[in-house]
Amino acid sequence: MELICPAGTPAAFKVAVDAGADAVYCGFRDETNARNFPGLNFSRDELRAAITFAHERGAKVLVAINTFPRAGAVDVWHRAVDDAVALGADALILADVGLMDYVARHHPDQRLHVSVQAAAANADAIRFYVEAFGARRVVLPRVLTVPEIAVITSEIACETEAFVFGGLCVMAEGRCSLSSYATGRSPNMQGVCSPPSHVTYGEAQGKVVSRLGAFTINAFADGEPAAYPTLCKGRFATSHGAGYIFEEPASLDAATLLPSLRKAGVTAVKIEGRQRSRAYIESVVRSFRQTIAALDAGVVAEAASLTALTEGQTTTVGAYRKTWR
Amino acid sequence: MPASETAIPTVPPFLSSLMRPLPLLPLQPVLAVLISRIRRHHPQIFERLGAHADKSFGIDPTDLPFAFVLTPHPNSPAVSAVRALPASLNVRIAGPLAGLIGLVEGDFDGDALFFSRDLRVDGDVEAVLALRNAIDDAEIDLVGEVVRGLGPLKAPAERALRSLLRPPRRAAGPEAGATSWN
Repeated sequence: MELICPAGTPAAFKVAVDAGADAVYCGFRDETNARNFPGLNFSRDELRAAITFAHERGAKVLVAINTFPRAGAVDVWHRAVDDAVALGADALILADVGLMDYVARHHPDQRLHVSVQAAAANADAIRFYVEAFGARRVVLPRVLTVPEIAVITSEIACETEAFVFGGLCVMAEGRCSLSSYATGRSPNMQGVCSPPSHVTYGEAQGKVVSRLGAFTINAFADGEPAAYPTLCKGRFATSHGAGYIFEEPASLDAATLLPSLRKAGVTAVKIEGRQRSRAYIESVVRSFRQTIAALDAGVVAEAASLTALTEGQTTTVGAYRKTWR
Repeated sequence: MPASETAIPTVPPFLSSLMRPLPLLPLQPVLAVLISRIRRHHPQIFERLGAHADKSFGIDPTDLPFAFVLTPHPNSPAVSAVRALPASLNVRIAGPLAGLIGLVEGDFDGDALFFSRDLRVDGDVEAVLALRNAIDDAEIDLVGEVVRGLGPLKAPAERALRSLLRPPRRAAGPEAGATSWN
């Protein structure tokens, strides 16, 4: 199985390659990618240097252009595609069908991956991307169990990539409007979920209170682990009491499921976190590299604990193993 | 949900108390040289900061009896030591000294320190993220920069400083009590 790793900066990119990434995914410093945070991402020159660095070390570079183009500004996304192809990207990760059509027509030899943002969660949807645009790989939405993935891989003619570590959301990927509702900006269009320009932290009654736009998201008592200020991880007051309604703040860690995912036919496993630091990239990539190497060697290796890096300081295997609680 | 047991070292309280009456003025030339070196060796920081370079950042090491004010304007970046942070700052970032230095040197992850409550931020969150990402990309050897001009004292000074801070290499986050909800 390939190990696909995130990088939000050139320094993090080098760390990912050195720690054992088979491929690194990254994006341009604008709204064309779904991690459009301040101080993050790559200029054209930085991406050129990163691709050279990766190729010299046998690693591949996947460029995420995985937001949905704004009406009247499609040229911004077309330019991102043209530049990524010209710079030598090994694959483009796309979510929008119009953009996929543009790549298929103007860059027919360019390898195309279907982004998780496209929410292609069944064999019919995936077959459409393969037949219409020549997609070579689909990043699976994080709503599927391992047995469901096994069925899908047996019914499609392209590779699959599955997330195994990092932040989770409500998984209506590419369709979630919670951030838009609260701030007018979304990961799907502007590349930012809960944009930091709309986030504030304050103190009230001895608790740290996070707010997104006009909404109070959460209040953390002294010593209680914190979470991202997203509506989906908000703690809501209801007639049944206060608690997490959409989902609890927890990060995906599917290291223990790597053998099952391989058996299910998954081609590549992916780590989330382009917004995270060199320290995160180094720890997580090295840990998964070691676990996969052990798996390749037929040895059972205990995965390192990465809980200290996780949201809410809690991990889950997410939808891969659905259980009633 | 209990917070994680922190592994971030803190400056011993007695040492912090000893520093309390010391004048801050002698720190200024050291800080001026430090920011000048960072400007010279890591110019990409300012490009990544973009418009946020015009903002003011309060850095509050919670285990020291003083704090710092950083104004990273590319033409005249400055950092100064203050007894208490002024109210007019755009951003305040607070945490143990070792955690703050570990963030700069790439030993700690900012989100992880936020999740574990070892890091507190207040004010312009967009500027906080820009600064964090710009600094993480710059790969600054902060302790090395501080002791660079000390000649023969450089090596022992660096050893002493690192021993005091005990940065847990490649730890990325504080030790956590592992929990899983399914």
